[in-house]
Amino acid sequence: MHDFTPIPALIGGAIIGLAASLLLLTHGKVAGISGLYGSLLRQGTSDRAFRFWFLAGLAAMGMLVRLTWPAAFASAWSASLPVTLLAGLIVGFGTQLGNGCTSGHGVCGLSRLSVRSLVATLTFMGTGFATVFVVRHLLGGAR
Amino acid sequence: MKRNAAAFGAGALFAVGLALSGMTRPSKVVGFLDLAGDWDASLAFVMMGAIAVHFVAYRVVLRRPAPLFDGRFHLPTRKDIDLRLVLGAALFGVGWGLGGYCPGPGLVSAAAGSPGALVFVVGMTAGMLIEQAVARALPRRE
Repeated sequence: MHDFTPIPALIGGAIIGLAASLLLLTHGKVAGISGLYGSLLRQGTSDRAFRFWFLAGLAAMGMLVRLTWPAAFASAWSASLPVTLLAGLIVGFGTQLGNGCTSGHGVCGLSRLSVRSLVATLTFMGTGFATVFVVRHLLGGAR
Repeated sequence: MKRNAAAFGAGALFAVGLALSGMTRPSKVVGFLDLAGDWDASLAFVMMGAIAVHFVAYRVVLRRPAPLFDGRFHLPTRKDIDLRLVLGAALFGVGWGLGGYCPGPGLVSAAAGSPGALVFVVGMTAGMLIEQAVARALPRRE
């Protein structure tokens, strides 16, 4: 494990948990990113303002982190752009179909002891492991 | 005003957590998903940290009769395990493993101008719109 960083991971995770708790305390909503973003795309979603401002905060901080700490986006590996586009399509379709992603099911759902979220989390972790195994070890690192 | 500022602050804090934890680096994500390779367990600690805090805070917050800026809490109530849930999650995991981005880090990195993340978000937006169109076109059996 050449790049094992448990301490920043733990602290970063705690901050994610805190942010989700803040949204629950102020708006009573689940901080599921795919849900917030997907609902904003849909016509006729109620309560658009808090979704917009949450995602605006997310994006503004992304820009600020880029300016102050660009290493946060440094990646020793990246998929090719066509594969990345395909990955985005699948993630977008899948998270809408399954009502959530790593934040909504993984963090918020598991914290609520939701059985649906447990099933979803075990499923996407499983197919995530399987996909990387196939791409890296069976196809020999095809990008 | 206070409502929107609180949502903005929560989103900004969420992005700090994602960046600090390494989720905005696809190599960390794929390193975690690569059990058979040079496994990087870091992201398990992200989940542990996030759930440890939210598990407790969720219970404390829900002792209130209502959130600060809303009349009531809006929490999922469904308990059924259906095909949509499992198939959707399964697809999400495939895309996560292929690109190394999940939705939150994808949006943060796209806002930060990472070319891969911008492409990812274009695809993700299209994928969401396609699913919503399909859901509208097919009668729901629920």
